[in-house]
Amino acid sequence: MSSVPSLNKAQPRWLVFGLLALGLALLPFLVDAGLGRSWVRLLDLALLYVMLALGLNIVVGYAGLLDLGYVAFYALGAYVYAWLASPHFGLHLPFWVILPLGAMLAGMFGVLLGTPTLRLRGDYLAIVTLGFGEIIRIFLNNLNAPVNITNGPQGINLIDPVRLGSFSLSQPHEVFGYTFTGVHLTYYLFLLLTLAVIFISMRLENSRIGRAWVAIREDEIAAAATGINTRNLKLLAFAMGATFGGLAGGLFASFQGFISPESFNLMESIMILCMIVLGGMGHIPGVIFGALLLTLLPEVLRYTGDWQRNLFGQIYVDPADLRMLLFGLALVAVMLYRPAGMIPSARRRQEFADAKG
Amino acid sequence: MRALLTVSGVSKAFGGLQALSDISLQVHRGEIFGLIGPNGAGKTTLFNAFTGLYTIDRGEIHLNDTRLDGRKPHQVLQAGLARTFQNIRLFAEMTALENVLVGRHARTASGVVGAVLRLPATRREEADSRERAHALLHRMGLAKHAHRLAKNLPYGDQRRLEIARALATEPSLLALDEPAAGMNKAERTALRELLLQLQADGLTLLLIEHDVKLVMGLCTRLAVLDYGVKIAEGTPDVVSRDPRVIAAYLGDEAL
Amino acid sequence: MDIFLQQLINGLVLGSVYALVALGYTMVYGILELINFAHGEITMMGAMVSLAVIGALALAAPGLPGVLILGAGLAVAIPVCMALGLLIERVAYRPLRHAPRLAPLITAIGVSIILQNIAMLIWGKQYIPFPAILPQGRHEILGASISDTQIAILVLAVLIMLALILVVQKTRLGRAMRATAQSRQVASLMGVDVNRVIASTFVIGSALAAVAGVMVSAYYGLAHYYMGFLLGLKAFSAAVLGGIGNLGGAMLGGLLLGLIESFGAGYIGDLTGGFLGSHYQDVFAFFVLIAVLVFRPQGLLGARVVERA
Repeated sequence: MSSVPSLNKAQPRWLVFGLLALGLALLPFLVDAGLGRSWVRLLDLALLYVMLALGLNIVVGYAGLLDLGYVAFYALGAYVYAWLASPHFGLHLPFWVILPLGAMLAGMFGVLLGTPTLRLRGDYLAIVTLGFGEIIRIFLNNLNAPVNITNGPQGINLIDPVRLGSFSLSQPHEVFGYTFTGVHLTYYLFLLLTLAVIFISMRLENSRIGRAWVAIREDEIAAAATGINTRNLKLLAFAMGATFGGLAGGLFASFQGFISPESFNLMESIMILCMIVLGGMGHIPGVIFGALLLTLLPEVLRYTGDWQRNLFGQIYVDPADLRMLLFGLALVAVMLYRPAGMIPSARRRQEFADAKG
Repeated sequence: MRALLTVSGVSKAFGGLQALSDISLQVHRGEIFGLIGPNGAGKTTLFNAFTGLYTIDRGEIHLNDTRLDGRKPHQVLQAGLARTFQNIRLFAEMTALENVLVGRHARTASGVVGAVLRLPATRREEADSRERAHALLHRMGLAKHAHRLAKNLPYGDQRRLEIARALATEPSLLALDEPAAGMNKAERTALRELLLQLQADGLTLLLIEHDVKLVMGLCTRLAVLDYGVKIAEGTPDVVSRDPRVIAAYLGDEAL
Repeated sequence: MDIFLQQLINGLVLGSVYALVALGYTMVYGILELINFAHGEITMMGAMVSLAVIGALALAAPGLPGVLILGAGLAVAIPVCMALGLLIERVAYRPLRHAPRLAPLITAIGVSIILQNIAMLIWGKQYIPFPAILPQGRHEILGASISDTQIAILVLAVLIMLALILVVQKTRLGRAMRATAQSRQVASLMGVDVNRVIASTFVIGSALAAVAGVMVSAYYGLAHYYMGFLLGLKAFSAAVLGGIGNLGGAMLGGLLLGLIESFGAGYIGDLTGGFLGSHYQDVFAFFVLIAVLVFRPQGLLGARVVERA
């Protein structure tokens, strides 16, 4: 009998990972070649939203706290970056200082905004967090007088791109004869950070902390009676979610080079919520899927503009206008027919299925 | 016998309703103490008072030397008082094993850093928690359900799971709110066996129960509440002969 | 003191509009424990639909008395909104009555987005003006002025609220509504058709919203597809302030919020030494909401709810 050890179980796993890694590494080039530079940019944006969705997933998906003002942390991270790396205040600190700083400040803000909400139940919590999000947007819009902190509705521009010495992410670079443009390099940075966020989420999910969060979501009173300090853990959820949001915000500021309060409105919060609801709340693969879907699909919608022109000779419905309408329809449809999301965790599917029957 | 739980002069009112009036009692270490009384007598209110769900208006509650009143539920648990609920409150969407693992939360300490970095201390703690959880499930006859969602367990097993979860917190006093509710005769007998076994293992138990037969045959001592007032305390023998107790249950003034 | 009376009048007028919308929120919440996010959009629809009719009539028949045109606008807007409310309840909320809490809330958000965008697709993104068909007279009282429109709004709002109180207190339907709000289960055991009661609640609330929508657009002279969002949020704040689930609370909360906003906007410059201006007006409602929910969640007239273990 042959004594060749059977590696059949381990092999496919590593193979899959290897192929995935290769695919991810080559993706920007493939996309660039196949769909064009703007789609690579979109890919970068999609990664940002994956980070945001995973952050909100901790708050909503794990701990069950419906936060409708999540965009506030995104905004904070972005503005901190803008304040410390643009002509606005004349400061130009390096990105590896500002990014963690912005994330940390956002995390602290998460604790701050979470504190008054601790005793609130589902819908009230949602409205209060929505209120916080709006208050912050209004302040961002108006804090340009008497002291110009945010530059009001005009926002802050000429934000420094990510730079390491003289190596800037906004310039193309040649390596081994291949040209890596700004968006390509940004992709790798974002991918790295996104993978880190995914990693942290996964570790948290299967830990003492993650279980405590789910316990709180399931039955807060029983959780407290079983020894969980619900106050601290809820604040921790807010803080972690906010930290990821702040990180994404800083990256967004450096990526886009320009930010204004308009980018941080309620619809953004709702969109991110949409992503995790559609994808599969509390389930990392589902959340990633939702984020990618909702960032990339609207772009596909743009093509309907061309189709309309080709078919009817003119555009009847501007695809950009359709975007939010379809979001709304998708939200309702998913809640009615597939409430656990498109890629639900096994138990969530069970929860909704039982509620229906 | 040393007193484990001391309740002195506890009063609690809800608006105009005086739910508890000047309740004092002691639960001694190692005994099974029963709290009985007609519906609405205040038994669950008292329970909620010493587990930190309600704040009391007057009085004191001590577990050993630790003062319980005014503390939050998780602090009460940490002091060593675990409870189950009248209407089972399990974490429905978590498996039986996970429910019990949550019970280990208060006795473990790993946080975000440990979780993310999987530090050796964290890994050891996880392994230990899982081992204990499996052992508890096994002891409660729930090993086969370890990976089933708690909501899918049969009723009797759900009750046992709640107890298992409470035991995972390593309590000195286990307070059970109507553990026999909804059980058939066989299940009650099994429950009785279980509680006696827990007592033999050194745990002190405090029960609210309506099944008088179960209570009489099981409890070391009883206290009887009626309309928020304690009307009797003592061994089952003594209490069952107390005219006030009989009157409270039967509404009969004359003996 | 010079602007006090003016701000008082403005506040009361604004407040009565908030009250009308708040009533819709509070009635639905009282029965379903659901925040009907879409309610603000129904108000908006009321405004848009009525403006479409009013605008068309004003152009086609300029000789018609303004009141008649307004009446026609209302006559179309109210049934449309009632139908919308009914549709939403039936299609989006009823199937989810037993789902986990998050579900109907998310659906409500979805419906709100749908309505907003449908309005945008139909009527475009620009502001739609309210034709000058109403009497534009102003009257002077003690240094402040009050316009005919403001008087009309106040009077109409009071009449409607009185009518609602009558319905809720004196009619069979009202009794059924109150019973259902107390306990759905018991009410149905007593023979109440809970589904019909819920549907009626939505219908009545939507009718009120339609009127409020017309009032708002008449008062500000324009309507816009996005107007429902902020208005809805503020009205909800008002309902919470007064005590959610409590009709009197909704009315009181509405009036109070209107006054808070009015006085706040009027005096904020003085209060903050010029640091904050009146464009922070919208923030007041949010602060009120957060403050109430954190410090006195049952609102002014609501009853304390203790969660039993």
